[in-house]
Amino acid sequence: MLELALKGSKKYYGWVAVLLGGISVGFAVYLWQLNFGLGLTGMHRDVSWGFYIAQFTFLVGVAAGGVMVVLPYYLHHYKAFGKITILGEFLAISAITMCLLFIIVDLGQPMRALNVILHPTPKSILFWDMIVLNGYLFLNIIIGWQVLEAERNAVAPPKWLKPFIYLSIPWAVGIHTVTAYLYCGLPGRGFWLTAILAPRFLSSAFAAGPALLILLCLIIRKMTKFDPGKEQIQSLAKIVTYAIIINVFFLLCEVFVVFYSRIPEHMDHLTYLFYGLQGHSALVPWMWTSMSLMGIAIILLLIPSVRANESLLAICCVLVFCGTWIDKGLGMISGGFVPNPLHQVNEYAPTIPELAITLGVYATGFFVLTVLFKIAVTVKEEAAA
Amino acid sequence: MENSRRDFLKIAGISALAVAGAEPVLNAFASEHGEEASKAAGFQKEEKALTAKQWAMVIDTRKFKSAKDLEPIIEVCHKIHNVPDFSKENKRHIIKWIWEEEYKHAFPGDASGFTDERIEHLPFLVLCNHCEEPPCVRACPTKATFKREDGIVLMDFHRCIGCRFCMAACPYGSRSFNFRDPRPFIEERNPQFPTRMKGVVEKCNFCAERLAAGQVPACVEASKGAIAFGDLYDPESEVRKLLKSNYTIRRKAGLGTGPTIYYIV
Ligand code: SF4
Ligand code: SF4
Ligand code: SF4
Repeated sequence: MLELALKGSKKYYGWVAVLLGGISVGFAVYLWQLNFGLGLTGMHRDVSWGFYIAQFTFLVGVAAGGVMVVLPYYLHHYKAFGKITILGEFLAISAITMCLLFIIVDLGQPMRALNVILHPTPKSILFWDMIVLNGYLFLNIIIGWQVLEAERNAVAPPKWLKPFIYLSIPWAVGIHTVTAYLYCGLPGRGFWLTAILAPRFLSSAFAAGPALLILLCLIIRKMTKFDPGKEQIQSLAKIVTYAIIINVFFLLCEVFVVFYSRIPEHMDHLTYLFYGLQGHSALVPWMWTSMSLMGIAIILLLIPSVRANESLLAICCVLVFCGTWIDKGLGMISGGFVPNPLHQVNEYAPTIPELAITLGVYATGFFVLTVLFKIAVTVKEEAAA
Repeated sequence: MENSRRDFLKIAGISALAVAGAEPVLNAFASEHGEEASKAAGFQKEEKALTAKQWAMVIDTRKFKSAKDLEPIIEVCHKIHNVPDFSKENKRHIIKWIWEEEYKHAFPGDASGFTDERIEHLPFLVLCNHCEEPPCVRACPTKATFKREDGIVLMDFHRCIGCRFCMAACPYGSRSFNFRDPRPFIEERNPQFPTRMKGVVEKCNFCAERLAAGQVPACVEASKGAIAFGDLYDPESEVRKLLKSNYTIRRKAGLGTGPTIYYIV
């Protein structure tokens, strides 16, 4: 089926060229980083994980979010989603691709990455994260490909695929849970040391993933002859609404516990993020923007007529996506490192090379997404014709 | 000096006993990869090597008056271990194995605002605590950070992939990362100790290389008796004697990591 990705319109080629350009810039800067070391980034002794790991965390969520179309279709026999499960699975593949790349570009010695397998260490959550992420990638490649091939040949997907599909549903929850466990099991990092972290990660994932999927559906409808469907988009919108409300609720639970108990190790990080600490407040405007975006999105999404209007819905999805991105892709990681374990404030900001590499990874992910969606949509168009 | 030499002789004697009698016991407590690890670290055990069940330190802060007293201690450690100096280059890339902190930073959460003046302005030496339950070891996905059978939390620089999970896991900020090639920033290279490459983490190693050669850690030697070193599980060791007769505190003991650096205040 891969050949389907080779034939396309001028616009398609143009977009692919833009992505390839982004990939090459990112790759060139990465070679520089490989040569110089991670000193090229804004990270330092105190904030030892930065933009890369934050993007990784956010994108694990996007990948897990794909399950929100798979689950209703296979477990609740919600037939409408049958049309778009493939989009959820392919979105997951591209998001996991980006996750793995972000891990690689964050390693100080990427050539030794295989040490994680050569010296397996089950006590380390990173070991499990590697297993669940690669497993999820593998599951989605198998499922996505088989389902699409079956559709192309106008036959039912093979029977042996069913167990893989059922497995992929808890597995999606697993990838984001394990990713949260990377952070929330560390003593002395009060910001992450909370049992609500994994649920929070999941709820923001189930908001951000489907929100992106709605936007992609709208784009596909505009650019191709395949219509993902009005009902499908509306059902996704409900999922986004529930998830973003739950996400904000979980956040408020955390805020209550932290500020009512007033234990400094837990409180200082949130104080830093939302009010600034010892005169340092780089993230304050970002965090309030994030809160406003999510708050406005909730109010709008709760109004049925707004949700039903697809242009307004698209705006809501952008708000949800940006709000959760700031929350996770900016605040979640550096917020945990500031103040440091000695209660000193050393802020972090990404450098330009760091952003260039980040863009390169995103370009790679969107390249994978474009190619996969192109194949899926072409198959759908052919089937309809 | 007197003290540490006496202690050293005692340790040597006890270790001979340990080798003769308590070997199986020691083995039972050894971590799963203790032997492989000590080989990997490149320090062959010699006969005169100092051994213990869990090395520990007692720092008598009463014997320090000002930051000046700490300087030679910090300097000797960084010098013999080829720790690069980035203080003039880029503060972001700084690497330190042992350094000084104010009380309120070394013991955040314990400072009250009404601390006695001596303590408030006293510089505290901080370094890796060689925790008994080290979270950094738990986090490391490659066993590049491991706990040796004598309690030292060691690192294999050739195995480390530079994921920095251990840095997030350490609640004491004891670890540094080589953000760039450290070699041009080492003033005077000590050929007896390996230099590191970019992209790996490093920290205090309790002078494992000196213990292997029968010497106490360099900072202990340079402290003029202010730092004691010994086996935490040997009731006769100097650290145990000090712990018995002095009130001591540890950094963030409440986290359950079991830091083995004790401070007499
Ligand atoms: S102080 Fe930090 S680096 Fe040292 S053993 Fe404890 S957790 Fe590990
Ligand atoms: S940076 Fe090195 S020592 Fe630290 S956790 Fe990763 S592999 Fe282990
Ligand atoms: S024990 Fe050795 S390595 Fe550790 S701080 Fe002292 S001199 Fe440095």
